[in-house]
Amino acid sequence: MGHVATSIDGMELVYERPRTLTDTPMHYCPGCGHGVVHRLLMEVVQEMGIQEKTVGVAPVGCSVFAYNYMDIDMQEAAHGRASAVATGIKRILPDRFVFSYQGDGDLAAIGTAETIHTVNRGENILVVFINNAIYGMTGGQMAPTTLLGMVTSTTPLGRDAAVMGFPLKMTELVAQLPGAYYVTRQSVHTATAVRKLKKAIRNSLEYQKRNKGTCFIEVVSNCPSGWKMTPKESNDWLEKNMFPLYPPGDLKVPRD
Amino acid sequence: MIAHDNEPRLMKGNEALAEAALRAGLQAYFGYPITPQSEVLEYLAAEGAGRGCIVLQAESELAAINMIFGASGAGARVMTSSSSPGISLMQEGLSYMASAQLPCLVVNVNRGGPGLGTIQPAQGDYFQATKGGGHGDYHLIVLAPSTVQEMADMVFEGFRLAESYRNPAMILADGALGQMMEKVILPKQGSLPIVPRPWATTGKPPTRERNIITSLFIQPEKMEQVNLILQEKYRRLQGEAQFEVLETDDAEILLVAYGLSARICQKAIELARVKGIKTGLLRPKTLYPFPSTALAERAETVEAILTVEMNAGQMVEDVKLAVNGRRPVQFFGRMGGMIPSPEEVLNQIEALAQGVALEAERS
Repeated sequence: MGHVATSIDGMELVYERPRTLTDTPMHYCPGCGHGVVHRLLMEVVQEMGIQEKTVGVAPVGCSVFAYNYMDIDMQEAAHGRASAVATGIKRILPDRFVFSYQGDGDLAAIGTAETIHTVNRGENILVVFINNAIYGMTGGQMAPTTLLGMVTSTTPLGRDAAVMGFPLKMTELVAQLPGAYYVTRQSVHTATAVRKLKKAIRNSLEYQKRNKGTCFIEVVSNCPSGWKMTPKESNDWLEKNMFPLYPPGDLKVPRD
Repeated sequence: MIAHDNEPRLMKGNEALAEAALRAGLQAYFGYPITPQSEVLEYLAAEGAGRGCIVLQAESELAAINMIFGASGAGARVMTSSSSPGISLMQEGLSYMASAQLPCLVVNVNRGGPGLGTIQPAQGDYFQATKGGGHGDYHLIVLAPSTVQEMADMVFEGFRLAESYRNPAMILADGALGQMMEKVILPKQGSLPIVPRPWATTGKPPTRERNIITSLFIQPEKMEQVNLILQEKYRRLQGEAQFEVLETDDAEILLVAYGLSARICQKAIELARVKGIKTGLLRPKTLYPFPSTALAERAETVEAILTVEMNAGQMVEDVKLAVNGRRPVQFFGRMGGMIPSPEEVLNQIEALAQGVALEAERS
């Protein structure tokens, strides 16, 4: 890490990279939500002073390299197995803060069983679920959360329910499980949404400290490259098309 | 050296193995029920909690091996167990663990296959165990017990090898060894030292760089370097090959067999010697590394070699590679959960001895 300026031409520095993020340019496409979510996670880790006690699990998908950016101990899981790997870590190190960071294909297709059972056991971890309704890393194929009629490289005529079934509302499923303590759906497409997500992450890690059970945050996100839109268009499209099926808000909040 | 109890106990193979694992300082076990190894999970579920071992029944073998991945990466001494179909499901995780260089002990109480197969004992998983099993260039360290005593002792040896070489190790047993009861003198608690794990993901203090456990090396130049490190490790491992010989000094016919097959061969050797056929046995105790050098040396002193397995002929390929044409190598096996009888093996020995005699007459 090089010299960090504290003032430029007499101006005060009010915004900087958290020390918990490495000084590495991210590989994400312009306008992608991953970078924002990475940053929010690491901001919360820094603000809570828990860098030494946090262990993350990266998935397979665009965020497979999350460990290049987060300056914490991390493990890279096989596709879909992040929550099982996180279970193994948390059972050995119950006083550490453990999170998995997973996309829709990872968490809601190939890893559905691991996701459901991890939450059903009430593992004291945070699951961050990035839902952009597409497989970004492999080039824009259909995801379990792809909307009906949505064109992807494997649904060139749009997703047809008769052939491909329906978009899977994983967060609604998970919220039914007694092991889930806090389940919420957020986004990062506006400044207000970013602030709300940060609060949800903070709440989740505070609950984890108190061993309350699984906290599950879905982040409805965009994929400008996969959706073949500009970042601005993708955020508008997200609000208009994703939110009707995946509405933001809390699905399960603690009673105590 | 591992210290042992003074008094023997009568125990089932699966239970002796589970008890030995606790005595070896097992910190976490993740598993899924499957016949004929469920007693391992059951024993640990009853005994583990009170003795400092985390025991969790996973939703699948797939989840179990990935919990093992996470727990090993977090620095713990970990074990899972299953039987053939379940071990197939774990291959993905084992490939990832071999690449990420994570130690663990996996127990395969081999049953007859392929497919769902049968719950009866078999050795059909030899290729899968010794040649990698999952994708990519890697090996497991493979130990092959042939008694309940070794079911217990090889747990200690398995952890030692896995942790000193940072590689998954497997105990390849079979349904009979798991289920049979025998006299066993158990290894003593606490006689297995812990190898330090500075690479574990336990949380990054300011004093070190972050630890990352991964099997992803997207640049081929880096991936090749990782492969070179693994291959160098496997070369070093060759020095750990273990075997046992029985009545080989004057043997004209050498049997090669492991596990349960080796016990059947012992009886067949007795029967053959009554008939005046000088027969001996080489029993590999490690299947990877395979005791090739020892076998090549013995091959020089005998007339012919017979490999006996409970499969269609798998280890016989490694036997042939080691013997390298010096002597004829024959194979006898039963498959699908059938166990060869000593008499069947004796028939093979007699036929081989006759062939050797005819050959001697001709030349």
